[in-house]
Amino acid sequence: MASYILKRFLQLIPVFLGATFLVYYLVFSLPGDPIAALFGDKPVNPAVAAQLRTQYHLDQPFIVQYLLYLKGIFTLDLGQDFSGRPIAAVLGEVFPVTARLAIMALIFEAFFGILFGLLAGLRKGKFFDGTVLVASLIVIGIPIFVLGFLMQFVIGVQLKWAKPTVGAGAPIPDLILPALVLGLVSFAYVLRLTRTSVIENMNADYVRTATAKGLSRSRVVTVHILRNSLIPVVTFLGADLGSLMGGAIVTEGIFNVPGVGNRLYRAVLSGEGPTVVSIVTLLVLVYVIANLVVDLLYAWLDPRIRYDS
Amino acid sequence: MTPENSYPKMDSTEAIPHFVAPLEETPLQATDKVNEDEAPSSMWKEAWRNLRRQPLFILSALLIILVILVALFPGLFSPLNPANDVCQLQNSNGPAAAGHPLGFTQQGCDVYARVIFGTQNSVTVGVFTTLAVVLLGGAIGALAGYYGGWVDAVLARISDIFFALPMILGAIVVMQLPMFRTSRTAWTLVIILALFGWPQVARITRGAVIEVRNADFIKSARSLGVSRFRALLRHVIPNAMAPVIVVATISLGTFIAAESTLSFLGIGLPPSAMSWGNDIQSAQASLRSNPWPLLWPSFALILTVLSFMMLGDALRDALDPKARKR
Amino acid sequence: MRFSRTSKALGLAAIAALALTACGGGSTNSGSGGGNASAVITVDGSEPQNPLMPAGTNEVGGGKIIDLIFAGLVSYDSSGKKVNELADSITTTDAQNYTIKIKSGKKFTNGEAITAKSFVDAWNFGAAAKNAQLSSIFFEGIQGFDEANKEGSTVDTMSGLKVVDETTFTVALTQKESDWPLRLGYSAFMPLPSGAIKDPKTYGEKPVGDGPYKMDDSGWQHNVQIKLIPNPDYDGPRKAKNGGLVFKIYQNDDAAYQDLVSDNLDVLQTIPTSAIANFKKDLGDRTIEKPYAGNQTIAIPYYLPGWSGEAGKLRRQAISMAIDRPEITKVIFSNGRQPATDFTAPVLSGYDANLPGSENLKFDAAKAKQLWAQADAIQKWDPNQTFTIAYNADKGGHKAWVEAVTNQLKNNLGIKAEGKPYATFKEARNDATKGTLTGAIRAGWQADYPSLYNFLGPIYAKGAGSNDARYDNPAFDAMLNKGLGATSVDEGNKIFNQAQQILLQDLPAIPLWYQVAQGGWSTKVTNVDYGWDGVPLYYNITAK
Repeated sequence: MASYILKRFLQLIPVFLGATFLVYYLVFSLPGDPIAALFGDKPVNPAVAAQLRTQYHLDQPFIVQYLLYLKGIFTLDLGQDFSGRPIAAVLGEVFPVTARLAIMALIFEAFFGILFGLLAGLRKGKFFDGTVLVASLIVIGIPIFVLGFLMQFVIGVQLKWAKPTVGAGAPIPDLILPALVLGLVSFAYVLRLTRTSVIENMNADYVRTATAKGLSRSRVVTVHILRNSLIPVVTFLGADLGSLMGGAIVTEGIFNVPGVGNRLYRAVLSGEGPTVVSIVTLLVLVYVIANLVVDLLYAWLDPRIRYDS
Repeated sequence: MTPENSYPKMDSTEAIPHFVAPLEETPLQATDKVNEDEAPSSMWKEAWRNLRRQPLFILSALLIILVILVALFPGLFSPLNPANDVCQLQNSNGPAAAGHPLGFTQQGCDVYARVIFGTQNSVTVGVFTTLAVVLLGGAIGALAGYYGGWVDAVLARISDIFFALPMILGAIVVMQLPMFRTSRTAWTLVIILALFGWPQVARITRGAVIEVRNADFIKSARSLGVSRFRALLRHVIPNAMAPVIVVATISLGTFIAAESTLSFLGIGLPPSAMSWGNDIQSAQASLRSNPWPLLWPSFALILTVLSFMMLGDALRDALDPKARKR
Repeated sequence: MRFSRTSKALGLAAIAALALTACGGGSTNSGSGGGNASAVITVDGSEPQNPLMPAGTNEVGGGKIIDLIFAGLVSYDSSGKKVNELADSITTTDAQNYTIKIKSGKKFTNGEAITAKSFVDAWNFGAAAKNAQLSSIFFEGIQGFDEANKEGSTVDTMSGLKVVDETTFTVALTQKESDWPLRLGYSAFMPLPSGAIKDPKTYGEKPVGDGPYKMDDSGWQHNVQIKLIPNPDYDGPRKAKNGGLVFKIYQNDDAAYQDLVSDNLDVLQTIPTSAIANFKKDLGDRTIEKPYAGNQTIAIPYYLPGWSGEAGKLRRQAISMAIDRPEITKVIFSNGRQPATDFTAPVLSGYDANLPGSENLKFDAAKAKQLWAQADAIQKWDPNQTFTIAYNADKGGHKAWVEAVTNQLKNNLGIKAEGKPYATFKEARNDATKGTLTGAIRAGWQADYPSLYNFLGPIYAKGAGSNDARYDNPAFDAMLNKGLGATSVDEGNKIFNQAQQILLQDLPAIPLWYQVAQGGWSTKVTNVDYGWDGVPLYYNITAK
């Protein structure tokens, strides 16, 4: 088991190199001149533009830019963004906020998704199942920018149950509403995945056996049906953590959360290579670790899956 | 070291905890029997036989046929063709009128005609992106989960990288490739969404295959001389399909919706191309004064997702030997 | 000109009302509305994209802050009229050599005295290429700029600037520019304390200025807020009437609007497009609509096939007349824009709504069709060709109006037309500056300083940096130069309006509408008014 984990961590090295190279290359191939864009509507001043290009190494060929960035990483200097701030400081601001938001969203979608999915599966074809189906269809069919706006308007502005936007420091109470919105679509996935798995496992003979053995209904449901149904759900949740952290552009925009998604979006639009790469590298790390945790959970959820020690 | 060694696998020497039913009582036995006794194509044949009888399937199939008809021949359903129809600002956000059953958009265009004519692009994006991610992600995930070891390490790590790539970054870069710069169609979007959508399906398939591959019926199939790869195709994948179907049917809807986000960011379909996503996005500006131009395309989207979801449920029931009534 | 007359009348009424309250109240300790002068007002801002250096800031997020923490030689009152701040006098005899005297005894908030040197050093710093200040182009007219602002140049002074004594300096320009003094209120021309030039990096995080406000100790919390407190030593025309300002940083106006209607935000500068239809209902009388010095145009490059020569001119006129501007401003913007009748903006002094040729900007579908047919007689337009209008999708909300315009072109001219979104602003600029556009491009202009010339020279002069259309008309250029050589601003404006008459025939860009600031405020504040540039006069806002 330990060697398995170690091996997985060693795999981080090629992943890191591959991801940084690919992302840096993509940013490099973005259309438009990022320095010219700094001048906005105003005419570009060639002398100043040349000075800035040198400052951000943008006058160098792609491979030199990339190697300079790598060199920076090994000396723990991630470089500066276009506003002249150290990227490390920027990461230090946005990641804690987004991590809080993403974990809250994950807890919400996992808890309610599994609960409702289990109940819907147990009552397949009944009223509750139908209601849950309609709810998840609405979540899927209406884009998040509309649902988010509606929830903000109704809950935040009209009912005043929560602040419509996130305040300074992004405290946890302020993040509840954004986390709900962020987790909505994934909630539909978790719900449907759980429901399907539960239906599949409900007819399994070992469940009938367990019931026949006289085990209580709740024990059969939680231990036998649910536990055996969780593998696809856990897989989904593991992969989703990364998406929630990096892909929350819309939700962060609606609720004015100063997080990763927004910063990444802005950096992509303005073509700030080092900022994009630094953020994406951290996201890759999140993915790799989340997926490792998921793989380890497989063995716990299904005893037939074992890791060689 | 053989490839399987580094991966989760069944340890036959370990006692099976009590909550897993005794082997002889599992329904897995039945699966094996079916596979041993019958001709190779029988699993699908039987699934089809099962499917035909399900009302859920018949209903969903009818709905899907309707959606496809609308997508292929929108002119049959709407006398107005929005491509030729003049949108007049005087009609902006107007209510239903004669010949315009669903009212007007902010630009004064006919909502009904746009929903009908938007079907083609939206359904193309939804269905073909889903097909692409299921084929690509499914293949990669199945191989990674089934073979384990270095195959898994390489494939899973590649999907990690793709997972973390910001879609907007990739989409902007792909969209400015010479072949897409001048003409953007629904197919361009299919390529982009598939390129960034497959890792999710790959993860789900991989997980499901890992769960199934150590099952006893796989072992018995192998001991009966079925080749490793054949066992994957004939026994592992069919039994691992349930979660993939669920993810695929939901993703179908999210892909259609994602198209609206891409259009919003200026990297989707050109504004003249009609799609539900484009219309939903445009209608957002007047959501509070007139929600209908937003709700109608959303409703069409929901209906499409619903029909594919029911089809997925029916298909899963039909394919899954465990849920099948004997 | 229904709109501007109404707003002028309203303005007069407001002044009368203020005068009445001032007389009636007779108090001097608080704002004219009699509010609480110590309350801190929360307003919307966006994250400044550069360190807060006056000559390095060229976007609104940082610009708002710079304008409040600095006072330059002059500032502009709410109507765009130049008023002296630190300048005692700005004199010239030939519109080319200026002598500037500043008031003595003024200090930066760190106690450093403001002298002639504070200005000269700051301007030299801003102009020198090696300091990479984004607004360096504003020093362009000064002698010696070309040497200091050459690629790789190490020269860091301009020969045209000379300190005479503690409070006097002279400026020599390379050519006559009658409107030059008007520019001096622009942020690039602010004075800097000596520390700023020694360590611009540290300074840019927490600048020290001389304006009505100064940075609070909590200062700039990136992506969260920027807090300003009144500068007690400031005694210019923009004295703070509140206890400070918190610029809460928003990613978009929609989020800010939700905060505004729930009283979590006191003032919102720009009502987002999604709320334009409802904001008067939501906010009641707590709203403002006021034209400011900005406009929206569509530039059609001359290098496009079919768009040059006589045919191009006729086509441009046809396009212009095929657009029903009042209809679009009414439906898409709920009257939040004002149909354009020239190339500048109505708040500027010298503006003339009825220039000869302005009829080319009036909707006339029949005439448009006829002009288009005339152009077709010279050079046939391929009916399968699509006329596109490029816009950037990343900000600005241009999609709806571009679609409305293209729909009108389709309906009124019978040609194919559609919007062409660019994902990013830089992508659009790239094609525009390289001359590789494949259709028209939307072009907006927002004045840097209140002058007609600012709407003409930088956009339509041959070779000018923002001349996206590649317009080249020697008669127009000659007229501009004549205007710059005029001895007074008013004299210059008359000539600039003659230059505009040429533009109104050629239509290198098609003016659509003038910008109107649409803003709102919470129940907690009062005395909200906007300046000539569409920015709230933050220093006047008082708490109730």
